[in-house]
Amino acid sequence: MMHRFANPTRFVRLADRMLPWLFIVTLGSFAVGLYMALITSPPDYQQGDSVRIMYVHAPSAWMGLFGYMVLAGASFASLVWRHPLADAAAKASAPIGAAFTGLALLTGSLWGQPMWGTWWVWDARLTSMLVLFFLYLGYMALWSAIEDRQKASKAAAILALVGAINVPIIKFSVDWWNTLHQPASIMRQGGPSMDSAMLWPLGIMFVAFNAYYAMVLMWRIKAELAARKIETLRYNQAARQEGPAARQEGPAARQEGQAVLEEGS
Amino acid sequence: MSEFLHMGGYAVFVWPAYVAVMGVVVILGIQSWRSQKTLTAEAARLKQTMGEEEQH
Amino acid sequence: MAFFALIGREVRLAWRQGNSSAMAVTFFLVAVTLFPLGIGPELSVLARISAGVIWVAALLSALLTLDRLFQQDFEDGSLDLLALAPMPMELIVLAKSIAHWLTTGLPLVVAAPLLAVLLNMDSGGLGILMLSLAIGTPALSLTGAIGAALTVTVRRGGVLMPLLILPLYVPTLIFGVGAVDAVLNNIVAGPNLLYLGALSLVALALAPFAAAAAIRLALE
Repeated sequence: MMHRFANPTRFVRLADRMLPWLFIVTLGSFAVGLYMALITSPPDYQQGDSVRIMYVHAPSAWMGLFGYMVLAGASFASLVWRHPLADAAAKASAPIGAAFTGLALLTGSLWGQPMWGTWWVWDARLTSMLVLFFLYLGYMALWSAIEDRQKASKAAAILALVGAINVPIIKFSVDWWNTLHQPASIMRQGGPSMDSAMLWPLGIMFVAFNAYYAMVLMWRIKAELAARKIETLRYNQAARQEGPAARQEGPAARQEGQAVLEEGS
Repeated sequence: MSEFLHMGGYAVFVWPAYVAVMGVVVILGIQSWRSQKTLTAEAARLKQTMGEEEQH
Repeated sequence: MAFFALIGREVRLAWRQGNSSAMAVTFFLVAVTLFPLGIGPELSVLARISAGVIWVAALLSALLTLDRLFQQDFEDGSLDLLALAPMPMELIVLAKSIAHWLTTGLPLVVAAPLLAVLLNMDSGGLGILMLSLAIGTPALSLTGAIGAALTVTVRRGGVLMPLLILPLYVPTLIFGVGAVDAVLNNIVAGPNLLYLGALSLVALALAPFAAAAAIRLALE
């Protein structure tokens, strides 16, 4: 089951079929969501129009977390089953997740200023997001620091798993720290008590953000797979010019190893 | 219209938030789409030229 | 037996090569001294922040000596030799982490009361400060070993490693400072110490595997 989707060529074919639809869903739900969030939804009785920031803040925070879940899941798959696709997915997810985590911090700060009267409060949620942002930065920095693509992907996968184990621990410790130092969090967010006139735009924005994430993730995976293909083709081209002996080493030999592994499982 | 832009006095906070989010969304989207497009085309072109070489 | 021999070798090397223990402790001392200079000498303020400052400085000092954990052995090829030995890489990593703790963590524990006095910490907090550092610093050495292993092939790994590791140190810092502050405020420190111990145990159970995987990757 996993293998069918893990085949890169099959993935590209599937992605090409889905991407036009995802594009339409993304565009449509963003249009409707933004219209409702900015125009038809009512201002909050306490927070006034500043509550409209929630419609972009909450989905951004969710995408930041979700991006790390995808990153960790794909890293796990890439370490255990050595799927080239999982590897590309992990790398592709990082910049999207990091961007949304950064946006969640920024919009949280913009929302916080009128509510708290200050740009930044060491609220448990914001602090956890900040640490998550650092985890993303470390992951991407490690990717760019190691030149060999195969080694970089494995090292980054190890880091992603270590980070994934730590995320709940960090979340727990930050909540603990927060209750020690400032008992009540002021930010009011979501919850079942929210008016349905606010729930609808929020839900549609969530759809928009998720569809957007899926779409950009697929684009980035396609780009990564194409980049690898170019690398292999260039290598083979160079090897052919040097003669058949040189061809046995490098990417070709590595792919041989990969083929053996895929047959074995 | 100006009332809408005013955002009940919260314009300074609401608009930058939306502009930042939509700006990043659009830029990241375009950048991802473009790199995917050029790299896929480049891979196809390379494969074709190599295939031609093979035939000689 | 080879395990303890390896720990011995690491400790001896740390002593010989410019004595990294002394450097870490000196750094610890200098870093803490900067805080009163930056914040001002008001004793009540210093007492209030003493536990946090000492713990943060301890994190940074532990980090300072971590980049030597594998780098030197990697560069002179002795890591390849160690990998050929019958001892599994996980145990090698564990031995090196223990040696790191003995040469960095332990000296920090011993030096901490001196710094607490400099920062006007209430004398009732000295014991718990040492205890929390003793329980928490193993987690720093073990988690740090992962970062050191991942960056061993990176040319400027010393810059990259703190970026990878410091976010992972957040829970240790929180529970470590929490334990000291609890005692200073006459609250039970038990829960904080338990969580701190749990962190060290989790790091002990998992970090050697992650770091060993990273080292094997680097040696490929």
